[in-house]
Amino acid sequence: MADVSPRIIPDRLQGRSSRLLKSWESLLLVVAVLIFTINSFASPYFLDPWNLSDATFNFTEKAMIAFAMALVIIAGEIDLSVASIIALSSTAMGLAMQAGFDTPTLVAVGLATGLACGAINGALITGLGLPSIVVTIGTMSLFRGLSFIILGDQAFTNYPASFAWFGQGYVWWVFSFEFALFIAFAVIYGVLLHWTNFGRAVYAIGNNPTASLFSGVRVGRVKFILFLLTGLMAGIASICLTSRLGSTRPSIALGWELEVVTMVVLGGVNILGGSGTIPGVVLAALIMGMVTFGFGLLNVPGIVMSIFIGVLLISVIALPILWKRARRRMAH
Amino acid sequence: MKLAKTLMMTAAVSLALMANAAHAENKKIALVVKALGIGFFEAANKGAQEAAKELGDVEVIYTGPTTTTAEGQIEVINSLIAQKVDAIAVSANDTDALVPALKKAMDRGIKVISWDSGVAKDGRLMHLNPSSSPLIGNMIIKLAADNLPDGGDVAVLSATATSTNQNVWIEEMKKVQGNYKGINVVATVYGDDLADKSYRETQGLIQSYPNLKAIIAPTSVGIVAAAQAVEDAGKVGQINVTGLGLPSEMAGHVKAGSSKSFAIWNPIDLGYSATMIAYDLIGGAEAKPGAELKMGRMGSVKLDDNNEGAMADPFVYDASNVEEFAKIF
Repeated sequence: MADVSPRIIPDRLQGRSSRLLKSWESLLLVVAVLIFTINSFASPYFLDPWNLSDATFNFTEKAMIAFAMALVIIAGEIDLSVASIIALSSTAMGLAMQAGFDTPTLVAVGLATGLACGAINGALITGLGLPSIVVTIGTMSLFRGLSFIILGDQAFTNYPASFAWFGQGYVWWVFSFEFALFIAFAVIYGVLLHWTNFGRAVYAIGNNPTASLFSGVRVGRVKFILFLLTGLMAGIASICLTSRLGSTRPSIALGWELEVVTMVVLGGVNILGGSGTIPGVVLAALIMGMVTFGFGLLNVPGIVMSIFIGVLLISVIALPILWKRARRRMAH
Repeated sequence: MKLAKTLMMTAAVSLALMANAAHAENKKIALVVKALGIGFFEAANKGAQEAAKELGDVEVIYTGPTTTTAEGQIEVINSLIAQKVDAIAVSANDTDALVPALKKAMDRGIKVISWDSGVAKDGRLMHLNPSSSPLIGNMIIKLAADNLPDGGDVAVLSATATSTNQNVWIEEMKKVQGNYKGINVVATVYGDDLADKSYRETQGLIQSYPNLKAIIAPTSVGIVAAAQAVEDAGKVGQINVTGLGLPSEMAGHVKAGSSKSFAIWNPIDLGYSATMIAYDLIGGAEAKPGAELKMGRMGSVKLDDNNEGAMADPFVYDASNVEEFAKIF
C-alpha cells in the first residue's frame, strides 16, 4: 500500500511563460490591440499623432488616481472621495489664485489640499478603525459640499497663463505634460507595488490583515500612507484638470470616483483585495481611453460607450471564473 | 431567391457607400448638446436636419455626452476636432471650462458658435440666444402672476446651481419682480435636471411652504417633475406649476390642471437657426459686433457688443394649443 515513488514538488504552480500567457494582462493586451486595430480601420482620423494625443486627455487624469486606487483596493480598502478631493483642491487653488498667488504656490496649494484630504480619510479609517467605504462616502459629500459652500453657482476663472501648461502644455512634439506624468506615475507605482517591501506589505494586508499584523507588518501605517497617496494623486489630477479647463466649478470631475474604480477593476485588480497589477491598470486606462475616443470619432452616442464599458467589465470579471469552471469540469 | 436577395443587399450597400463618398464633399456642422436623450435637444436636431436639407451641401453631426458634464463635452469636442468638422455649434454645460478646448478648435480653422447655453466670449465666434434673457425672466414670473391676481408665495425650481442660462433668467426675473404686486419669491431650489431629484425638491417645497401658490421651473426636466409632484400631493388647483417646458411632456399636466400655462421658444427653430448661422460663417461671413448673420426662414440675427444675438420671443402654451404642439416636440 505504501507509495514509495519519489514526489517532485514544483517551486511554482505554473511555469513563468505559461503564467504570463494566461494572465489577465495578456488578455487585456489582446483586447487593447484589437480595439486599436478596429479603430484604425473604422475611422480615417484615428491614426493621426495629434488626434491620438488629444485623446489621451480622456484618461490621463483618471489613470493617475487609478494607480494609487489600485494599491488601496489591493489592500482591501476603497476610496470613493477622490473626485470630491479634486473639487476641493481645485477650489482651494482658485481661492489662492484670487488672493494673487503665483503658479508655483497654486500647485503647492493643490498638492497640500489633496494630502490633507487623504490624511483625514486615513486618520478616520486607521485611527478610529472605521470601514473605508463608509468614511469615504462621507468625505465624498463633505469635500464637494465644502466647494459648493465656497463657490455656490460662481466659478473661478482667470488662472495665470503659466498655470495652463499643466493641462494644456506639451513636453515634446505630441507628448503632453499630462501623458508624460501618466507614464512617470505608471513606472513609479509599478516599482512601488511590485519591487518594494511596501508593495509586498500591501498584498499581504489585502490577503489577510490579521496575519500581516502578527507577521510584523505595520498595517495601520501602510493603510494611512495609501490614503495619503490617493489624496496626493487626486491633488495632482486636480491641478491638471483645473489647468486644462482653465476654471473651477464645484461640479468639476463629478462622478469620476466610479470611473476610476472601473478602470482599476477592469485592470484585473480584485475588488475584494489581495491581487492585481499596475500594468493591468495601465492597459485598462488605454482601453477605456481608446474606446471613448474611437466611438467619439464615429459619433456613436455616449450611452453606447457606457454599455460597452459595462459589458467589458462584466465579461472580464466573469471570463476567468467561467474558464476555471470549464477546466474543472473537463478534468473530471 | 437567396442569390437575388444577396445581390440586392450588395447593391444597396455599395450604393450607401457611394452616397457616403458623395457626402465627403459636404460641409460638416456638429450640433453638440448638453446631453443626449433630452427632448428639447432632439427637437433642435430636427431643426438642424431641416436646415441641412434646405442648404443641400451640409451634413449635420448630432452629438453630446451622456451626462451633463463639461468633461464629457470636451471629449466630444476633441473627437470632432479630430474629424476636422467645419463648424461646431454647442450648447454648453459650463461657460468657462469648454473655452480651452473650443479655442483649440478655432485654432484649427473650425467655426465655433454657442447656442441656448452660452460659452464665454473667448471660446466662440458668436452666441445665439433663443430669446433675450430679460424677456424670459419677465415671462416666467408673468406666467405665475397672471394666475394670481391677489399675489402669493411662489418658489423657483431650477436645474443645477451651475447652469448658465437658468441662473441668468432667475436673475432677470428678480429684477422685474417689483412689477408684479404681491408676488413673493420664497425660495430657489435645485433639481439638477434630474427627474427624481426635482420631484423630491418639489415635495420639500410643498411641505416647507404651506401657502405656496406657484412653482416656477425654468427647466424642461424640472417642470414635469414639479407638476407630477403637485398632482401626487393632491394640490392641483392650489399650486400652479409654470416655467419653461416641452409641450409633448407638459400636455398631460396641462390637462390634469397642475399647470395652467408655460412658455418655451421653438427648439426646432433654434437648431435650424444655429445651423444656418454656422453655414453662413463657413461661407465667409464675419462675426463681429453689429454684424447681421443669416438664419434662413428665421430672418437674420444682429450681434451686440458681446457678439451675442437673440432669435425670437418665448411663446406661451396653454390648454388651447398645447395638444397641437405636443405632436411636434
